[in-house]
Amino acid sequence: MAPDSSAAVLAARPAAAPARGSAMKRFARRRSTIAFLMTLPLITVIGGLVAWPAGYAIYLATLNRRQTAFIGLENFDILLESETFRSVIWQSCFFAITAVLLKALVGFWLAHMLHHIPAKGQKIWRGMLLVPWVIPPALSTLGWWWMFDPSYSSINYLINAIGFPSVPWLGEPWWARISVIIVNVWYGAPFFMIMYLAALKSVPDQLYEAAAIDGATGWQGLRHITLPMMQNIISITVLFSLIVTFANYDIVRVLTNGGPRDLTQVFASYAFQVGVLSGNIPRGAAVSLFMFPLLAIIAYFVLRGVNKRNQEMA
Amino acid sequence: MAQVSLRKIVKEYEGGVQAVKGIDLEIADHEFVVLVGPSGCGKSTTLRMIAGLEEISAGEIDIGGAVVNDVPPRDRDIAMVFQNYALYPHMSVRENMAFGLMLRKFPKAEIDRRVNEAARILDIGMLLDRKPKALSGGQRQRVAMGRAIVRDPKVFLFDEPLSNLDAKLRVQMRTEIKKVHQTVRTTTIYVTHDQVEAMTLADRVVVMNHGVIEQVGPPQELYHHPRTRFVAGFIGSPAMNFIPAKVVERGNGLVLHLPLGTELAVPEHRVARYKAYAGKTVTFGIRPEHLTDTQNVNKPHVAIFNATPEVLEPMGMETLAHIKLGGAEICARLDPLVAASPGVPLPLAADMNNMHLIDDATGLVI
Repeated sequence: MAPDSSAAVLAARPAAAPARGSAMKRFARRRSTIAFLMTLPLITVIGGLVAWPAGYAIYLATLNRRQTAFIGLENFDILLESETFRSVIWQSCFFAITAVLLKALVGFWLAHMLHHIPAKGQKIWRGMLLVPWVIPPALSTLGWWWMFDPSYSSINYLINAIGFPSVPWLGEPWWARISVIIVNVWYGAPFFMIMYLAALKSVPDQLYEAAAIDGATGWQGLRHITLPMMQNIISITVLFSLIVTFANYDIVRVLTNGGPRDLTQVFASYAFQVGVLSGNIPRGAAVSLFMFPLLAIIAYFVLRGVNKRNQEMA
Repeated sequence: MAQVSLRKIVKEYEGGVQAVKGIDLEIADHEFVVLVGPSGCGKSTTLRMIAGLEEISAGEIDIGGAVVNDVPPRDRDIAMVFQNYALYPHMSVRENMAFGLMLRKFPKAEIDRRVNEAARILDIGMLLDRKPKALSGGQRQRVAMGRAIVRDPKVFLFDEPLSNLDAKLRVQMRTEIKKVHQTVRTTTIYVTHDQVEAMTLADRVVVMNHGVIEQVGPPQELYHHPRTRFVAGFIGSPAMNFIPAKVVERGNGLVLHLPLGTELAVPEHRVARYKAYAGKTVTFGIRPEHLTDTQNVNKPHVAIFNATPEVLEPMGMETLAHIKLGGAEICARLDPLVAASPGVPLPLAADMNNMHLIDDATGLVI
């Protein structure tokens, strides 16, 4: 109802209600008031579960170990001087960037394959390929842990069967890093697949037909039509996955627990170790906040690009 | 530029449904041919087979002297304008037009020259740096045509290019397309369901129905000498009147008995043609413009009868009178100055020189 019409309805009534009451009623019926009231539950949830904890984490990160004194950015200073933390930064970046790139590639490949399966068979394959993403990662990682186990590794069994020596999956730093990435890609690729599949389906067939007539080969169609048309979905998915992967905790925790010798620690697992296991909550908070400014800046630019393309194209 | 030949072309879908049932068509170099017919008649499928977007189930398609059945669209050297334009939304107008040339590795200077030339022909020079989203329907249509023109292909294919435009723009773009063809002279195959577009644009019109070609010919020939009842009814607006009639011998001549006791004499020079149908029931076809008021009627072979209009539609330059004659609804074109009113009988003149008789059994014009 438009504000004017409700006012008109009120005005048309006999002047039974006192003037102040009708002003209150008008206020209550204003669109902005109603909209605010309707979004209030969400605002409360976001405020309570996101804004407050985030603010509190920032506050914690500025305290000393016993949380008795404000020490500014000293926690960050100490962290940056520590060699372990510098290696955690390097590992986290290596892990997140490699895993996200691989997830994007595998997801795109899967989506493309699925897209070309006739609609009838597509459902089954789509369902099966989504399974890794649906299983709680702590559980599936446990399964992978068994498959990587030095004594019982089924993967090594297969590798031996084709004549290669066993691989020390979780015992040697580089293999351990690769194992963590493999599990993360296995877990996260279906998400990319489903997003890309939706994006692929939204590209009109006629664009491919026009491109085919214009002289494009399959690869050229992919490069000049498919990828540019999917660019928004790709950027949003990669951004989202980058944030989630930087914050990944469960896979490292279950698979390697940061070992060997802290060489697979990432921000989240290290924050847990420093903050909870070693009891230095403020420094743990500082670890977990470390990537926030960089990710925020990346997010800003990615989303700005998405908006711009949306305005130009859609 | 090239001629195009279709030989016994068949399109059969899974489950045995035939969309196109073995059509033959020869299109000459520089010719503008329009495929027209109701939706589902196979005209778009035929065009898409020529483009290579649809597989050919049987038969041969020949473009410029080479059979192209197994040639992919990119190597057929054709350009196509789609119904919804199919412009690449992420590219500017210039990039849209240059895309095909870029893929074919034309030198940059040549691409620029061609794009600018096409933009000049189509009057879209000021739009070159815009994205398709920032264009109106008519402008997008021009860009789609520009994309085809820059390629300088052997054949232009148009798939209902005007059906997304409003009526006024459609008429304007129709003229535009004709002008472009007169300038570039590329062999053109144009699909539409609008018979007015077909008549106005084509050198030759191909009327299709249920996957077969009903008739091929220049627009005037189709209009004046339709070969089947379908063509007679499809071409022309308002459509030809069809009235059930009995052919009756009277003396040396023939007379048509129409419903409500109306009798129309067949002109002497047609008697021999219709003699075999004496005593039989046929369909009498006559176009609304050959069914007029009786003012200024001094042509030979005009039959006059009385009829009562149910509805009158003044169009300005003429008035359409809708008349119920027995079970048939017919339409006559009256001079706007004739005093006619609904429900009042008025004398009508049928120009029997332009009559058609249709054999109901075969659907063919006799």
